[in-house]
Amino acid sequence: MTTEIMPAQDLPQIKGVKDVPYDELFVSGHRTCQGCESALVMRHMVKASGPRTIVLGSTGCMYVANTTYYTTPWVVPWMHTQLGASGSAALGTAAGLKVLMRKGKLKNEKINVIAFCGDGGGADMGIGAISATLTHKDYNCLVLLYDNESYANTDIQLSSQTPYGAVTTFSPSGDKKRLMHTRWKKNVPGMLAAGHPESRYIAAGCAAYAVDLMNKIRKALELGGPTFVHTLDPCPKGWDYHPQYSQELGHLAVETGIWPLYEVVDGVCNLTGPTRQIAEGRKKRKPVYEYLKRQGRFAHFIDEDVEHFQAQVDKMWTDWLIPGVIPFTVPAKDVAILKIDKKPMHEQKTA
Amino acid sequence: MAVEVKTKETNEIETEQLATGCEAIAEAIRLADVDVMAAYPIRPYDGVMQAAAKLIANGKMDVEYIVADGEHSQFEIVKHACAVGARVFVGSSGVGWFYAFEAIAVTAGLRLPVVAICGNRALDDPGAFGTEHNDSLAVRDLGWLLPWAETAQEALDLALMAWRVAEDKRVSLPVAIGLDGAFLTHSQHIVKIPTQAAVDRFLPKFDLGDRLLHPDNPITIAPQVDQDWLMEIRRQNDAAMRNALGVIREAHADFKRIFGRGGESPFLDEYMTDDAEVVVIGQGTLSLPMKVAIRRLRKERGLKIGLVRLKWFRPFPTEEVVKSLRRFKAVGVIDRDYSFGSPYYGGVLYNEIRSALYSQEKRPVIVGFIAGLGGREIEQPMATEIFEKTMAAGKGDLAAGDTCHWIGVRE
Ligand SMILES: Cc1ncc(C[n+]2csc(CCOP(=O)(O)OP(=O)(O)O)c2C)c(N)n1
Ligand code: SF4
Repeated sequence: MTTEIMPAQDLPQIKGVKDVPYDELFVSGHRTCQGCESALVMRHMVKASGPRTIVLGSTGCMYVANTTYYTTPWVVPWMHTQLGASGSAALGTAAGLKVLMRKGKLKNEKINVIAFCGDGGGADMGIGAISATLTHKDYNCLVLLYDNESYANTDIQLSSQTPYGAVTTFSPSGDKKRLMHTRWKKNVPGMLAAGHPESRYIAAGCAAYAVDLMNKIRKALELGGPTFVHTLDPCPKGWDYHPQYSQELGHLAVETGIWPLYEVVDGVCNLTGPTRQIAEGRKKRKPVYEYLKRQGRFAHFIDEDVEHFQAQVDKMWTDWLIPGVIPFTVPAKDVAILKIDKKPMHEQKTA
Repeated sequence: MAVEVKTKETNEIETEQLATGCEAIAEAIRLADVDVMAAYPIRPYDGVMQAAAKLIANGKMDVEYIVADGEHSQFEIVKHACAVGARVFVGSSGVGWFYAFEAIAVTAGLRLPVVAICGNRALDDPGAFGTEHNDSLAVRDLGWLLPWAETAQEALDLALMAWRVAEDKRVSLPVAIGLDGAFLTHSQHIVKIPTQAAVDRFLPKFDLGDRLLHPDNPITIAPQVDQDWLMEIRRQNDAAMRNALGVIREAHADFKRIFGRGGESPFLDEYMTDDAEVVVIGQGTLSLPMKVAIRRLRKERGLKIGLVRLKWFRPFPTEEVVKSLRRFKAVGVIDRDYSFGSPYYGGVLYNEIRSALYSQEKRPVIVGFIAGLGGREIEQPMATEIFEKTMAAGKGDLAAGDTCHWIGVRE
């Protein structure tokens, strides 16, 4: 055995930034873009889970740009898995560890198993395997879906997580068709929470709220069984904005109510961070326009598109948040009254 | 009904019982102390999973038995379980095998010793589920070891051999055992079930060594190597495949010593070849009707004919095949598969055999036969036709030789 690392499996909730572990288990040596929030998710994820962790990564930016031979940034054991296989990888690894420990072929201890996937690998191709894994309640493993809202690695193609109307290489804006993509984003954590009552922990997070995210990872691992965390990750290349604004866009996604932060623990839904404040009426939801106008992928939007987008988000807040899990109704008075600049978006001043 | 018998060689008590090919494999899974297996239904391989499930339900073995959501998941589950040191088993058939193709390809690339069954079956549409070997053969260029069993006994024995060879550090490659759908998977034979003690002497514990994925050994498996290293890695896989020939020979010798079975050669099973002038060669259960034909035609017509059955297709035992086949005047190669548009419009085995013998100065005439596709029975008139054509080719009938014949096709 090559390295001596003391077993450590205490994963208490982190109270504040000063409480965050010092150890870096995802270090330099990767080639992700400047401002890549998905890479930050990787870093937070292993910081939170600690050294007794095995990470499995499905194909995508977090594989291709992260593990070039000779320069891997992973300090913890890491293995590649296929694009649609994060669920199966988590399950197989957890099953292997479990049986080897039961039969005395491996020292008995708790080892965290985390399999990550992108939105393409997780929400499209791999959703069946993730869903199956979440029904295997005897295995301890976490599936983390890092969502940069496109098949980023293969040059930014449309996925089922790409927002309504966004430009990708598979959904350009043209003379005849301004919007090539008119499907609404699939509610992955919602449907997984609704459909897998035996999974004890399903959450939506964002690296812009790092402590919140780390605590979600820890809670998932502590509660055990198969669990799921979905993060929304601003991607400067795919979303077309200056890398220095990644954190800000993460904040805006939450503050506009587009990406609510929550966790479903044993079937009970807790809203977290600013989402909670908004729902409790302590904070006003910002207009989605604030978020959309900062990104080149929405530059072709006209008022009508923004209005549609806003209406959909409003509907989510008023009618439902997680269908089948939490009927989430906010009184009409608390829904922000939105003012929309009448000029087409591309003519408006952007930050 | 199980009866106890004493093995000659070791004086140990083993049981003898009626079992199908699938049930025999399930016994092998129990005896090998498999840690993780993943199931998904498709006939005919799924008989193995059903038999194994019964053993688990009756408390006869301790294994994590995962019913997966599809074949891709099945193969990915065991691949990852294997990486943390678990001995694994998996399998599929026909289109299911193809559904798992991506996972099958990377398992060999990662040198993970997964043992699988391919219960051979035609590729469904238009509505055919019987035996055909194209499913197994599709992985022939991927780095999987491919043996074929003839009887339920051989299925059990080959499975034990498969873990031993696959997990040997000089090999570390996956194995897919071919079992002819229905003919072997679902027909009963008398099978000797070895004792646990004997199996433990034959099959060492699985140890991945410094390739184990574990927090005490924080390695990275399958980083991006791109063009910088892929040729070297392919070359290592090639070396492992070459090593497998020697490792199979060793394992076969040990197997014979411990269990007293396994035949002369690990790679070939020769039937009535001593005085034969003309033979046929093929894989799996097609040997059974051919053996009947040989006995009958020898008795009725005094023909000097025999059979060579190939037990391992990958690694291809070129040396053994050449040594055996060059003795004969003519060789008929029977394929239960087909390779559309291939040289001389032949089957996969036909082209491999021709290629193996090409460098020989004196070589037999080689004739190809496509027979029994989709599970069609190879009946005695067909077997007779195969021998007659091969003999005619041996006598210089050019229309019969150097080409490939479809047997029993309505034209
Ligand atoms: C089965 C399969 N199909 C297609 C690909 C090509 N491919 C490689 S990375 C990738 C993008 C994955 O997108 P996503 O999961 O969203 O991750 P991201 O690249 O955005 O990080 C694709 C499609 C593949 N590797 N495997
Ligand atoms: S394309 Fe996006 S997800 Fe991929 S490395 Fe760059 S910023 Fe990260």
